[in-house]
Amino acid sequence: MTGGFLTLFEKEVMRFWKVSFQTVAAPVLSALLFLVIFSHALAGRVEAYPGVGYVQFLVPGLAMMSMLQNAFANASSSLIQSKITGNIVFILLAPLTPADLFAAYLAAAMVRAVVVGAGVVLAVAWLVPVPFPNLLWLAAFTVTGAGILGVLGIVAGLWAEKFDQLAAFQNFLILPLTFLAGVFYSVDSLPPFWRAASHLNPFFYAIDGFRYAFFGRADVSPWASLAIASATLCALSWLTLRLLRSGYKLRH
Amino acid sequence: MASPAVEVRDVSKRYGPLRALDGVSLSVEQGEFFALLGPNGAGKTTLISALGGLVRADAGTLRVLGRDVAAEYREARRLLGIVPQEVVFDPFFSVRETLELQSGYFGLRGNGAWIGELLERLSLGAKADANMRSLSGGMKRRVMLAQALVHRPPVIILDEPTAGVDVELRQALWRFMRELNAAGHTIVLTTHYLEEAQHLCGRIAMMKTGRIVALDSTRRLLADFSERVLRVKLESGALPAALAAGATVDAAGWHRIPVESAAQVETALARLREAGAAVAHLEVAEPELEEVFVKIMARQDAPAREDA
Repeated sequence: MTGGFLTLFEKEVMRFWKVSFQTVAAPVLSALLFLVIFSHALAGRVEAYPGVGYVQFLVPGLAMMSMLQNAFANASSSLIQSKITGNIVFILLAPLTPADLFAAYLAAAMVRAVVVGAGVVLAVAWLVPVPFPNLLWLAAFTVTGAGILGVLGIVAGLWAEKFDQLAAFQNFLILPLTFLAGVFYSVDSLPPFWRAASHLNPFFYAIDGFRYAFFGRADVSPWASLAIASATLCALSWLTLRLLRSGYKLRH
Repeated sequence: MASPAVEVRDVSKRYGPLRALDGVSLSVEQGEFFALLGPNGAGKTTLISALGGLVRADAGTLRVLGRDVAAEYREARRLLGIVPQEVVFDPFFSVRETLELQSGYFGLRGNGAWIGELLERLSLGAKADANMRSLSGGMKRRVMLAQALVHRPPVIILDEPTAGVDVELRQALWRFMRELNAAGHTIVLTTHYLEEAQHLCGRIAMMKTGRIVALDSTRRLLADFSERVLRVKLESGALPAALAAGATVDAAGWHRIPVESAAQVETALARLREAGAAVAHLEVAEPELEEVFVKIMARQDAPAREDA
């Protein structure tokens, strides 16, 4: 890592912070709307876990979903905007290493995820009593969950050449995987096939483990979730670093 | 011996069937003011991009002050400042932020004094805190120049810096480049304004379809491919035989008589008088790079000239 990493990281944070109304306030509002709608429609539903009401159950899932989506959005939109407007040339002409690029985009994506996640939890805490989380598990799943999506954001930003390609990546891959990761329900309540399918989705483990940090209960052991989420993050990071080293779609 | 500022050896780059660079070799010594000329699509920008690491050469080596742009890319990029041809900017930031960020990418923090000097020198001081979006095209170009100079690179490459730039800014830009050159920076530029290259650059390479087709000092290229001519239009009479031998005449009736010196102009006019010809219009044209360029580009499969 070189000194340039820090500047690129700061630039990426400044970039989303300058438009925080869209990059932070808007996702917090969306999560609140989801909460209001689902809690109103499904308030009568049985408790997800004993002693945990459905609305309470929703909170960590919505917070994590917002974190995942915003980590992805930060890295991918920054990269594609720089590519399309052409100003990525200033980064490419600088003596930054592939690891610098990787770490800077990833770290900034995680910062945005944390800001949005904290915003959702704090905003919701006014409406729903949420237990104080176990901070170690919370940090572990924040890092792995936001990390996975941050890395996927880098991959999508590198791969996409047009905004509609990025939108396709987001709508056909990221959105289904986050919505079907047990944000709105416990996957244990699903029929066996869909339960098994959910267990193939790495996002599920990030959400399930994150929920464990709040309730001390989850569908899967948090250790297993952490192991799977960490392995996914490592594998994707390795692949992405290779893409960056090869100059994939950046250095022709 | 000191490493050349830029050394390109047998560099090739293909895009599918197109040979963007076809075995290009050239070397620019430290302290030179060097022009890279050629029609659109000749490969100038590809060559510059390969030096900056934006494009990866298929074959050959490129070095900046002895540093290989692939194996030692970090050192090479620190030594090189490139001003890209297209005007690009990041709309999220102000002029000063843009320059501070660019410094930071090179690991330079607290570079405010030099940034301030660049802003001053490029008449951007009043706009330092304005968003990049609000700047005129010419100002955005100046910011790009400042971005390329923010790490004080010894080698500066400008890809058509004066395209679409007004006269005043163009002159200011060249003054600044001359000063940088006088201070020891090596300057390489591409331009379609050939009179600029003729007046500024000591040496010139011309490219065509991915190859170097001429490479020599500006003086020698002018001497070899262009000449001083006396152009006359006659009111009456005809060109005497002694002059007609080397002369040509165009459709508008202008006779073009090659002359090597001012003394020969006198001789030619004396002969016209002796022959009883009355001159209606007269002008002396100095050798022009444009003529050299046209002649070289018109040659078929022109071999590259080596430096003497």
